[in-house]
Amino acid sequence: MPAPETVLSVRDLAVRFGRSGVRAVDGVSFDLGTERLGIVGESGSGKSTLGRAIMRLLPNAAHVEATTLDFDGKPLLTRPEREMRTLRGNRMALIMQDPRYSLNPVLSVGKQVAEAALLHAKIGKKDAYAKAAEMLARVRIADVERVMGLYPHQISGGMGQRVMIAMMLLAKPRLVVADEPTSALDVSVRGDVLNLLDDLVRENNSGLMLISHDIRMVAAFCQRILVMYKGRVVETLTKLDEAQHPYTRGLIASMPDPRNPVRRLQTLDRRAIDAMEART
Amino acid sequence: MIEVSNLSVSFGSGEARRQVVQGVSFVVGKGETLGIVGESGCGKSTVLRSLAGLDRHWEGDIRLAGKPVDRERSREQLKLAQMVFQDPYGSIHPRHRIERVLAEPARAMKTGDGWSRVAPSLEQVGLPANFAERFPHELSGGQRQRVAIARALMLEPEILLLDEPTSALDVSVQAEVLNLLSDLREERNLTYVLVSHDLSVIAHMCDRVLVMKDGTFVDELDKGALEKGETHHPYSEQLFEASFL
Repeated sequence: MPAPETVLSVRDLAVRFGRSGVRAVDGVSFDLGTERLGIVGESGSGKSTLGRAIMRLLPNAAHVEATTLDFDGKPLLTRPEREMRTLRGNRMALIMQDPRYSLNPVLSVGKQVAEAALLHAKIGKKDAYAKAAEMLARVRIADVERVMGLYPHQISGGMGQRVMIAMMLLAKPRLVVADEPTSALDVSVRGDVLNLLDDLVRENNSGLMLISHDIRMVAAFCQRILVMYKGRVVETLTKLDEAQHPYTRGLIASMPDPRNPVRRLQTLDRRAIDAMEART
Repeated sequence: MIEVSNLSVSFGSGEARRQVVQGVSFVVGKGETLGIVGESGCGKSTVLRSLAGLDRHWEGDIRLAGKPVDRERSREQLKLAQMVFQDPYGSIHPRHRIERVLAEPARAMKTGDGWSRVAPSLEQVGLPANFAERFPHELSGGQRQRVAIARALMLEPEILLLDEPTSALDVSVQAEVLNLLSDLREERNLTYVLVSHDLSVIAHMCDRVLVMKDGTFVDELDKGALEKGETHHPYSEQLFEASFL
């Protein structure tokens, strides 16, 4: 699907760790427009490393190389760290897996969101609080006044993730990287958080990269899916039915589906996958 | 195999006292797999912990294998039901070798030294016997959960209590662990109680499912109802919709 405008353009992105040069990400190329792009794979397939490489949040031991890594038409890799700092949070945002670890435990929710407003919009303290309250109401938190006075351990996981989304959307970023945003949440809140993310991303006209291991959830939510295996993109899909690669098919078949009950679940045939990979 | 009547569990005292499980009753037959599904904080794990004998302040009646059990369990009663926990990273002692992890239940219960049974128990869960020498950090999440299952089976219990056994695992590894659990159930005619918030896992494994909300069971679904997506309560309908996007 040709995107109307390109937010992010990636060509031959590779990430190596350490001196041995193990490639965690190996020759990944894609374009991201104002759309929802899913990135799927098992643990260790390089999907999170890819997200972090784009945000340039990897430790120094990681070598990131790419022929092109353009964000909003300008290269990212050559920018100094100072410029990256102003970009992150402003123009590009990362939502992490577990709100319990990504919120500051000793600051109240209101203070944290207001801090984000203070940093990204040049406004005074009072306005920042008002803005924070407005954002929290936007992410459908009931009783905003009360919640702003609470500390992260006093709120539920779903609410914590909404607070994270509120913080990050204050700045109206162009690119949102969501790394397993719902895997620490109950299924019953998962849908709410995804829909909320979708609404806000659509409103701001930004591009969303949704990183997850749950291929069915990603397929339901995203317009395009990149399937990653051992650091490489093995397949790009728009629908699950199109899956050709044995890895993608294996991933789909290994999920239990109550509508098509089976006695034994299918497991990944790693030898067949590696054979297929060796050929290409 | 398991009969529970009027089980209540409360935590805290005075004004902070909260009744987490509110007088639930259920029966699980021999060889049956019962699922309990619900949101975080609905009390599903607490029910399981009371069955296992880990929580000791429950009220009501619990009968395992036809005999009533006490709050303070005797060794004989503890041997009836064993538990597999959610997080394989947290439930195995990081500084014990796998052989010690597996021998521990037998040693603690004084049913022999346990060492001789380490190798066969590893093979039975599909791991090579030389894993006995390893430390937990040398194993992947799926392998660790296999060790946790092997440990739970060391005392040859008739009941296995599974608390979100696959929620920390990848879907591809989850499939392997669920298959292992199905195989073991057939081989040993085990009775399972499986707690999860993932309806698709529950529907795959269980003969019957109880839907739990705020400490009580609001709905009961059998295999047929699960396949057709039939529900009898608005809350279970809501759970169904959220689970299958």
